[in-house]
Formats: sequence, C-alpha cells, structure tokens
Amino acid sequence: MTTSAPNVDMAVPPRPSTGHGIEVEGLTKRFGSFVAVADVGFSAVDGRITALLGPSGSGKSTVLRMIAGLERPTAGRITIAGEDQTGASVQDRRVGFVFQHYALFRHMSVRDNVAFGLSVRKVGKADRRKRVDELLELVQLGPFADRYPHHLSGGQRQRVALARALAPRPRVLLLDEPFGALDARVRQDLRHWLDKLHRDLGVTSLLVTHDQEEALELAQTLVVMHRGRVEQVGSPEAVYNEPATPFVAGFVGAANVLTGRVRGGRLQVNGEQVLWDAAHIDDGSEAHAYIRPHDVRVSGSRENGGSLPGVLERSKDLGWMSKLHVRLPDGQVVIAHIPNEELGAHQPGDEVWVDLRNAKVFAPGEGDGPGLADPDLGADDAESAATATAAG
Amino acid sequence: MADAALPRTRSRTRREPGARLGRLALRGVAWVYLGLMVLLPVAAILKAGFAQGLSSLSAALSSFGAWAAIRLTLEMALATAVINGVLGTLLAYVLVRIPFPGRGLLSTIVDLPFAVPTLVAGVMLRALYGPNSPIGGFLANHGVDVIFTQIGILLALLFVTLPLVVRTVQPVLLELDPAEEEAARVLGAGRWTTFRKVMFPALLPAIAGGMLLTFARCLGEFGAIVIVSGNLTGRTLTAPVFIFQLVSQFRYPEAAAVSALLFGMAFVLVLITERLVSKRTAGYTG
Amino acid sequence: MSAVRERTPPLETLDLDARSGNHDARRGRRVRAAMLTAALLYVLVLLVAPLAGIVVSALKGGIGNFLRTFTDHDALHAFLLTFLIMVVTVVVTTVFGLVVALVLARDRFVGRRFMSALVDLPLGVSPVIVGLMAVLLFGRGGWFESFFAARGIQIVFALPSMVLVTTFISIPFTIREVVPVLQELGTEEEQAAWTLGASRLRTFFRITLPNIRWGLWYGIALSAARAIGEVGAVLIVAGPIQGQTETSTLYILRVFDQSHSSLQDQAGYVVAFTLAAFSIVLLIGIELFKRRKIKEAGR
Repeated sequence: MTTSAPNVDMAVPPRPSTGHGIEVEGLTKRFGSFVAVADVGFSAVDGRITALLGPSGSGKSTVLRMIAGLERPTAGRITIAGEDQTGASVQDRRVGFVFQHYALFRHMSVRDNVAFGLSVRKVGKADRRKRVDELLELVQLGPFADRYPHHLSGGQRQRVALARALAPRPRVLLLDEPFGALDARVRQDLRHWLDKLHRDLGVTSLLVTHDQEEALELAQTLVVMHRGRVEQVGSPEAVYNEPATPFVAGFVGAANVLTGRVRGGRLQVNGEQVLWDAAHIDDGSEAHAYIRPHDVRVSGSRENGGSLPGVLERSKDLGWMSKLHVRLPDGQVVIAHIPNEELGAHQPGDEVWVDLRNAKVFAPGEGDGPGLADPDLGADDAESAATATAAG
Repeated sequence: MADAALPRTRSRTRREPGARLGRLALRGVAWVYLGLMVLLPVAAILKAGFAQGLSSLSAALSSFGAWAAIRLTLEMALATAVINGVLGTLLAYVLVRIPFPGRGLLSTIVDLPFAVPTLVAGVMLRALYGPNSPIGGFLANHGVDVIFTQIGILLALLFVTLPLVVRTVQPVLLELDPAEEEAARVLGAGRWTTFRKVMFPALLPAIAGGMLLTFARCLGEFGAIVIVSGNLTGRTLTAPVFIFQLVSQFRYPEAAAVSALLFGMAFVLVLITERLVSKRTAGYTG
Repeated sequence: MSAVRERTPPLETLDLDARSGNHDARRGRRVRAAMLTAALLYVLVLLVAPLAGIVVSALKGGIGNFLRTFTDHDALHAFLLTFLIMVVTVVVTTVFGLVVALVLARDRFVGRRFMSALVDLPLGVSPVIVGLMAVLLFGRGGWFESFFAARGIQIVFALPSMVLVTTFISIPFTIREVVPVLQELGTEEEQAAWTLGASRLRTFFRITLPNIRWGLWYGIALSAARAIGEVGAVLIVAGPIQGQTETSTLYILRVFDQSHSSLQDQAGYVVAFTLAAFSIVLLIGIELFKRRKIKEAGR
C-alpha cells in the first residue's frame, strides 16, 4: 500500500501506476435526515472502466462527486491510487471529471478550455501547446481549436470536455452520465469512440450511468446501485446471468416476473410444479421468479416437466426476432423473444407450452425491482412492467 | 462528527474546512455590509420616529400643510400609477408584438428615465414648459400653467416612472404563448374578447406589480418634483419636500415620524410587488 | 394551464389575419396602427419633447455660454465632486455587491430571505429619508456624532456622508442584476475548474467573473446613473456650500432656486444638459450590456 506522496508542484507528473485504482469503503452521505448514500464500498481496478449503474436517485452521482471531492462524505473512506483522499480538497485529488452537461467554460475557446488545467498546474507555454494539440488530435477536434463551445454540437462539446479532463493527466477519470444529454445516435457513436480511447490510454475510469446497455458495453466491472446502496458488484456477465437481488434481475436486462408459491423447496406457478429451486425460501410463502424474455421457449407440445400451458395472445415480428405474449391460465403474462428462424407456426389464439429457463427466484421484500409485478396485477400491467424493464 | 474518526490525510493536501471557512467569511462580510449600510440607518429612523410614541407623528401631522402634503402625494402617486399602468402596458405590447422600424430605438428611449437624473428630468420639463419657453408661454396664454402646478408634478412623476410598468409587463408578455391567443381566435373570439379573456388575466399580476412599484416610487420622489412644483404649502408641496422642510428646520423627530410612515407604506408595497412579480415568473419557469 | 411550456420567441407577426376574413384583417391592421401611434405619441410628449427642450435651452446661449459655465469654478468643482462620489459609490457597491450577490445566489442559510429584503429595501426609501437617516446617525445629537467628533472627523456637511447616502441608494442595482445571472449560470463550470486544480479565488476570477461580466456592467451602469443623479439625500447631508459640498445636481438646484435672470438659468441648463448627455451615454452602455447579457444567457 505504499506509494510516494503526489508531487503537486511537479508539472503534469506521469500517471503513477500503483495497481490501485479507486477504493471506496463504508461511504455514506446524509442530507439532513435523507440518506442519499449508505455504506457503499467497491473498488475500481486500475486501468479499467468501472460502471456505477442505477436508476436516477440511486445515489450513484453522489458517490462519484464524493470521490471527486465535490461533495463531503458523512462517513467512509476514499482511496485513489493507494492514497487516502477522504479529506483532501477537490484541487488536490487530480481527478478528471466529465459532467453530463459538459460544463465547458463558455467564454473560452476550445483550446483555452483544454489548456485551463495545464495553466493551473503551471505547465510551460510550449509544453502546454504541445499537449493541447495532442489532445485535440486525440478527440479529433483539431480544426475546432479556436471555436467557442456554443459553436459546437453536443457530441463535440463532450469530446472537448473529455480532452479538458484528460489534459493534466489525471490519476482517474470520473464520468457523470457523459452521454446523458445526447441524441441516441450520437450516444452510440461516442460510446464506441470512448471504448477505443480507453483502450489506447488505459486510464482508470469510473462511469456513472443509468443506461444498462452502455454499462454492459463499456465496463469491465459493474457496481449496481439502488436507493443509496450497492446491490451487486461484478463482471457484466455475472451481473446479467447471476443477479444477486430481484432489483438487479429487473434492472439489468429485461425480465418477466412470475409470482408463485414455494412448496417443498420448489416454486409453484399456476398450480403446476415447476423445476425451480427455491430451497432458500420458506415453504408456503410467496415468491417471484425472474426470467429473461430470450430464455423463454414456445412450442406446440409439452417439452419437459417444467413447461407451462398458455394461450398465445399476440405475436409481433420485429424483423430478426418476434415478440410473443403468452397468457397463463391464472392470468399472468409471459413475454418471449424468439429468433425468427426458431419460431414455429403459432397463431394468436393457439394453445402453446412455454418452457422457462434460467429463472431466478427471490422472496418478496429482498429489495424491490423496478416494475416488480404485484401478485394481483392484471395482465396488462404485468406486460407494461416487463416492457418497461426491457426499455431499461 | 463522523469526519473525526477518519484517518488524517497527508499534510500536503489542503483540507475542505478551508472552503467552508471561506463561505462563512463571505456570508459575514455580506451581513456586516448590509447591516451597517442598510439596517442601521433604518433602525435610526424608526427609533427617532417612535422615540416619543406617536406624539412626534401627531405633532408633525398637525403642522400647517402636513395633511395636504400627504394627500397630494397619495393622489399624485395614484394618478401616475393608473396612467402609466395603462399606457405602460400599451407600450410593452407595442414593443413585444408590433414590429416596426425603430423598435430598438423606442425600447432604448423608454429606459431614458432610468439613466437621466431625476432633477435633470425636472429641469427638462422646466425648459419645455417654463414661462420663458415658447410652449410654456403659449399654454400660459390659454390659461394652462404647468410649472409650479400639480400638472408639473404629475408630468415629472410620469416621466420618472414610465419604465417601471413597461419593464415588468414586457418579460411576461414575451413568455406568453401566442398559441393561446390563436386558439381563442380560432374558437371564434373577437380581438377584444381575446385580449380581455386570455391576455389580460395573464398579464394582470405584472401590471399590478408594475403599478405598485410606480406608486411606491412616487411616494418618495424628490428630485424631479422639487424643481417644477414650486413647493407651495397646501397646493404643490409633496410629502418628501415637506420632510425636507422639517429637516431644514431641525425638527428631526417630526421628520423621522413622517418618514417612518412614508417608508412603511413604500416598503410594504415593494414587498407585495416582489411577491406578485416573482410568483408569476416562477409559474412560467418552474 | 400546462405546467411545462416551450419558450416561444417573440412573436413577429400575429398571423391571425390570414385566417380571418379580409375585412377583419383590415380592422386588425387599423387597431395595431392606432396602438402604435398612441404609444409613440406618449413617449414623444412625455420623454422626447422634454429632452429636446433642454437641448434647445442649453444651446440657446451659444458656445460662449458653455465656455462660461465650464470655466466657472463652482460648476467645475461640482462636476468633480459628482464624479468623485460616483466613482467611490460604484467601487463600494460593486465590490461588496459581488460578495452579497455570491452569498445570495450560492449559499443556503437561515436569514437568506431577510438578507434579500435588506438588499431591496433602499428601493422603497425616499432619498430625503435617506438623508435624514444619515443626519440622525452622524449629525447633532446623532448616535455616532461624539465618536467621530472626538477624532476630528467631519461626517455630516462633508464628503463622507454624501458618499454614504449615495451608496445606500445605489446598493440594490448591482446585486439585483448579478444574482439572477449567477443563478442562471449554475456552478458546474466552477466545479469543473476545481477538479482541474484551480483554487476558489482563481476560479472566481477566471471562470465566474467573466461569465457574469455583462450583467455586472449593467448593474454598474445603473448604479453610476443613480449616483450621478442623486439630489434629495445629498441635499440634506451636504448643507450645500457653494464650491465645497455642492454637487452638480445641487448646483442646478441652487441656480434655479435663486435665479432671477435667464442668464443664471442658462448656467443651470448647461450643467443639466451635460449631466443628461453623460447619462445618455450611460444609457446606451446600459442597453448594450443588457443585449449582451440576454445574448449570453441564450447560449
């Protein structure tokens, strides 16, 4: 854990490679009686992108701002590159911060924006110019150096903001919903571009986002937050395939939510015995199963003991796959996403069997997922809940 | 607090309490500045005004011409508020909704009273309507005297307060969605009905706010009036000039009592106005 | 009414006429023409005519009249005094006004509304009353009379009280202009500067101040205009002595008070004309600043 103290006076020191990125322990933030962040702990590995993923109001931005020093934690500890930074001022943390709304200095040209951090750190004029040119090249904005922020598009502004944050060679890069204010198309482009940039630079990055697709695509580690707490930390695969809580199951990727009752260690849905392990839940109590739409198979006959009968209500062809709605006898609706080549010739109104795989069973009260279906919910509500989670 | 339990950071790093201290210092400077410059003088006048209970006030009010001065001030303020309320709204409408060459110039001229010293405004009126000027002479020959009469006072007050209603109504008018008016017209409402039913209710708080501001300003106006009114006790003597006369006679407690009265009225009006105007804008931006 | 509303650009033409009949369109045009005429007439009679009046009156005496006035010791001294008071007032209200504006826009604390009310308070006080306040504090039998008298410092009937009352009256302008600009601006740019290592002071001068400069200039211009034009309060605390504590406005007042000849009036008109000319320059500055301010906010 020993590293040399940062030499603040030294002009743009090289990024220390310590093997430590960001470590956060027991981080808590209270605003009056409201607890915005409760006992959050995780570490962002050096040289990787870590995503703080959660819905708005989950406290993820507050965590990021505390790491940057823009907000004072009520309790907890923040370590950057192996150094305790909990009480350090913003200025001394040497982090790069990218804001959702760019926060470019509107009275300065693009060049002056990027140079600002360098001039603050007293970098000589020649070095400054060289570094600014280098960064403008990197973000592909060389020809725009003398423009002002209001002449640029949103995507261009965010690239300037990124160049500005990177110019003084920060130890870590903190991105607060960097693509949140952009159009879908630009978002997509910038995402790929950031991915490539990160491959080239390898700067430890912490990305706050509410967009699960963005997090899954960019990050090597996900920290899923909900109501100020960490729900799960893990690789994108682990979080997607093995959600630790119903919230994670519902928030990361779309999921059908089926309600049933536990009998002898198995979850029973629709009166049928389904082969879902529910041994961790008290016998006789109610529980919810989370099933991804692409883990649902629909066939004309019973394939195995776990299949449930239902009636196909609707089939929508989305080009490469179809979206099927199957209503179970007890009124619950299962949505299936099936590649068109695997689709049988089922017509709405047909009786079908659904085979549900990779279900995760949670007891109610283990934290609430978004759109968690109420047992009494009508089919339409359940459907909209499932599509809502699908939309992210 | 919780921070105390945290391990100390290395000495090179500045700690956040510096920022907090800076904020407290700024706040302290602001309080001292406003306390000394604003609160203290106001306290002085209230204390002097009410040092002998209400006896200073009654003494002041019983002196010759006192009531007349206050009445005249209120009447003039009311007349000004009404006239500039109507014509100021008209001006705001013209500036926002009717395109014509020279609109920018008109907008600048409307702000003239903000820049020109009020006393100079009075001098202007005297130059225009004084007995030695052609217009003043012409009017005098037809039995209309402007300078040293209530007409002069009214003109001076109208001049000085013209921008107030215009500038309160204008931003609200700008924010007003023309689609609402168009909807009313499409539904068959006439021009006048549309104005009465759609625009006027939306503008009313701003107009009222601007008028109150005008009224309050008139209660205290001195510079523009003193040079055109002639200050004839009982006829053209207004309250601020009356206070000035009390002060020149070193009758401080009585001057303070009338001041406190005038000040109370004006300040309450300003506060009400803030409410009216900010509520309106809050509704639009919120 | 809908809660969220698009900001609509000022309507250039109320294009209803196309929809209605031809007859109605003609009537609409007539109504608008009448409104325009009424508005222009009002401004012409109330504002422009008096302005023309003073120009004519001042120029009537010819260039000699100007020369006579500008070489007159009392008039010159009055100009200088007015200028001095304006400069001190503007500096004080700008520096402290910025502090108050920052506190009001950025800080949350008990008593914030009260502080805001204190800022607006001078707007509701008659200048005469302001003068009386100063006399009550520093004049004969005043709260601080003995304190300053013992140190040989003359406050009333001297420059300090004249500056004080003018400052009191000019306090609100800068603050009221800057606070909304600061609020609109937000704090993200400042935070960005901090994360880049800039100290709070540096951030203020390099980021915040440049961003509020047009609003600030606007407030300064308004304060300056008010400071130059102040008469009632200064009249009371100056007990004007010709050539000593007589500002330009007090000079005008005296000339017209005592005038028995049109020659004396002429000097008053010249001084008033000069003040008017200066304030019109300020006004043009104010308009420019306002436009820049609006343009800046639109970005």
